[in-house]
Amino acid sequence: MEIKLKLNGSNIVREIAPDLLLIDFLRDNKCFSVKRGCETSNCGLCTVLMDGTPILSCSLLAARADGHEIYTLEGLQEEASAFVGFLADQGTDQCGFCNPGFVMNTIALLRENPDPTDEEILQFLSGNLCRCSGYEGQLRGIRAFLDSREG
Amino acid sequence: MEHKNYNAINKSVRKKDSMQLLLGKPVYTEDITPKDALIVKLLRSPHANAIVKDIDTSKAKLIPGVVDIYTWEDVPQLRFSNAGQTAPEPSPHDRLIIDRHVRFVGDPVAIVAAEDEASAVKALKLIKVTYDVLEPLLDFRTAKDNPILVHPEEDWKVPSDWGAFQHRNIIASEDNTHGDLEGVMADCDIVLERTYHTKQYNQTPMETFRTYTSYDRYGRLHVISSTQIVFHVRRILSTALGIPKNQIRVEKPRIGGAFGAKQTAVCEVYPAFVTFKTGRPAYICFSRGESQIAGSPRHEMEVKIRMGADNDGRIRALDFYTLSNTGAYGEHGPTTVGLSGHKSIPLYTGGLEAHRFAFDVVYTNTLAAGAYRGYGATQGVFALETIVNELAEMIGMDPTAIREKNMVKEGMLMPAYYDETANACALDKCMSRCKELFDWESKYPVRDMGNGKVRAAGVAMAMQGSCISNLDVGSATVRLNEDGTYNLVIGAADMGTGCDTILAQMVAECMDCTVDDVTVFGADTDASPYDSGSYASSTTYITGQAVVKACDKLKSQICEIAAGMMECAPDEVIFEKGQVRSISSGKVLSMVDVGIKSQLFNYVSPEATAMNTSPISPPPYMVGMVEIELDKITGKVEVLNYKAVVDCGIPINPALARIQTEGGLVQGIGHTLMENVTINSKGKLLENSLMQYRIPTRLDMGKLQVEFEHSYEPTGPFGAKSIGEIVINTPGPAITHAIYRATGVWHNELPITPEQIAMSINN
Repeated sequence: MEIKLKLNGSNIVREIAPDLLLIDFLRDNKCFSVKRGCETSNCGLCTVLMDGTPILSCSLLAARADGHEIYTLEGLQEEASAFVGFLADQGTDQCGFCNPGFVMNTIALLRENPDPTDEEILQFLSGNLCRCSGYEGQLRGIRAFLDSREG
Repeated sequence: MEHKNYNAINKSVRKKDSMQLLLGKPVYTEDITPKDALIVKLLRSPHANAIVKDIDTSKAKLIPGVVDIYTWEDVPQLRFSNAGQTAPEPSPHDRLIIDRHVRFVGDPVAIVAAEDEASAVKALKLIKVTYDVLEPLLDFRTAKDNPILVHPEEDWKVPSDWGAFQHRNIIASEDNTHGDLEGVMADCDIVLERTYHTKQYNQTPMETFRTYTSYDRYGRLHVISSTQIVFHVRRILSTALGIPKNQIRVEKPRIGGAFGAKQTAVCEVYPAFVTFKTGRPAYICFSRGESQIAGSPRHEMEVKIRMGADNDGRIRALDFYTLSNTGAYGEHGPTTVGLSGHKSIPLYTGGLEAHRFAFDVVYTNTLAAGAYRGYGATQGVFALETIVNELAEMIGMDPTAIREKNMVKEGMLMPAYYDETANACALDKCMSRCKELFDWESKYPVRDMGNGKVRAAGVAMAMQGSCISNLDVGSATVRLNEDGTYNLVIGAADMGTGCDTILAQMVAECMDCTVDDVTVFGADTDASPYDSGSYASSTTYITGQAVVKACDKLKSQICEIAAGMMECAPDEVIFEKGQVRSISSGKVLSMVDVGIKSQLFNYVSPEATAMNTSPISPPPYMVGMVEIELDKITGKVEVLNYKAVVDCGIPINPALARIQTEGGLVQGIGHTLMENVTINSKGKLLENSLMQYRIPTRLDMGKLQVEFEHSYEPTGPFGAKSIGEIVINTPGPAITHAIYRATGVWHNELPITPEQIAMSINN
């Protein structure tokens, strides 16, 4: 079947199998930042934005993206660059495999709530698993970014 | 402790790969696998113990897109071990690529190679297997001398002897006593005897097991894999396929986490075999489910301790026996078990007069265990720290005071740790600082919150090593470029831990340049100098010292080139501030001058390689304290605060050392409260997804706070010891202690689930 969508700002038309998952569609279209970490919608690694809302691309058929706008981290490099350096300063990027999904969901958080409390940050990002960092450094990094803006 | 103003080390610089990783660049195995690679899938046994009577692949092979299917009849009859360990390997050679005798639920029975995933998956369903189903051996407590023999095969062998008895299901055993154990026990006021049990925890790195293989333009097998051990993978493939090592090249791209899981060649052999047979590129990617049921998890252990002590809290004798379940294959079985005693008992060197450490490691028909951060020490520390807490509570002594009375201190000889001396040990300072940080005096008393919830605290200490002494080898090559920058080439694997960065910091410190001046490449068996790999907490300590040695060599070669340029003898110049100065004339040459000259009519190499090893393995030490809130109705435990103070010598990069600690603590919290492993009566592992195997989210770990107390390890690079593993060891015993404080019940098995807590209170 044919789908038309906007991917990272460009209109594209693609012929796809009806059972193709969005995550595989995106990786086929060179959006390699989108990672698969499980088969049960538990890890958050494959988070992308559909019409601005964070979704798990492993749990959506590519066909459902027809007519919609998808952003992956490839398309939001500038917006991400504004804050990821603060995470790097904490060393919390570690293995990096969860980073793209985590960064995408952080972008969604900051768009929705530009001045979140620590509790709001933890709640919003609780679906993004990380096995390396112990999470505390991620919180410090986001907090340092928010504090730098206020200053 | 040595104080010095450093240029590049002891500084929290960003990881060299941070921006690539945070911005989602394609740097992992799957990202760089070409689209034309064959997709490799494994058909797995539904039985825990069975012989494949008949296997019919004819229908499956008819599916368009299926290239070939291999069974036990097609593979080389060469037994090997998947363990990434230095040869002669301690782990038995007990595997075939596909064995007719399947030994756990998930053991592969066929390899499918197809043009695409859908065809491969379809083929799996059409392979018809008839099994001769045998009774499985599932309980490791009954494995020794059980009539069910997990490995009856005649070609089973052990490359080195660790006390294996194949026909008793034992792959390693030992029994060592130091001092007059029974005499001291008999003289003690109290003898406490307890048994502890921990399960096959899964490392659960976010990137599952995956490997890409192809024939390169030299006609050799080229392997790109998410691995900690490129050189060991090369040896394992060479053994399994029966081809020379120089016909194999193994490299790792960025690794999406490992924690020891990728110190075993869990998946490499399958695509390698497909490429070997078809000549075509091949790719395998384990699903999360496969990684759970057929990965390489922590060894399940049962630790029996008999402890002799006096009423004043002096711990005088320890009798320690560990039974370890290696599962269906022996990877890391003979070695992990040793750490359960060797890296726990020495914590109590202070008052200990005698000890015994004995163990057996047994086969069962469950998934094979492997290496997991902590590597046996985690299991041993849980047992020993819990019995010490019980003793303290029993005699009414503050559990921090009983440790202060008995703990190892700097300068002590440790008979339970290979007679090594604690050269650098700030464990006492870790304890006093942690008490202060945690506010132990006010948090230790149990506080009833008046709403069915109680708050309580617990404490534990831990140690680990900084390498495998007399064994691990690390190497580094440092090269000066003509613009004054450097290349560092290593065989150690950065799996997210930041070793590329900390080793570059060491080059920058030695060569008086910036960290940005140093580019790091690794690891690649064709390009890297030999390194046993990134495991056993060895990279900072072993490879780090190789970096220092390589820089020393390079500096003298640079001086030689510069002396030639200044027409004087090499001993008339010195390397300082990143330049070479002539002592007599005061003339100075920059690294650009020397670098350019090195490529022009020059005999002296601007590149140096050094190798390093160590006869000792200096332990890092730490103290962890936890505050929990426990709901007495539901049994739910909430971790409120976890404070840890670590002595890892001089931290090369404090930010990365802190993240290592925080990450380890949260994995430990997961082990203790939520990560369960259940094998049903048929041998099936039930927690086969992240839905069932619940690793901590950011709502499960409370507030973490980490600090460092410095010691200076004279044999380490810039005084450094290790950090990677020790940090997972304290949550088990500390939380168990806090749960006792809240409920009055000691739990001797991890994890401790809310159900168990609620039931224990009602009982």
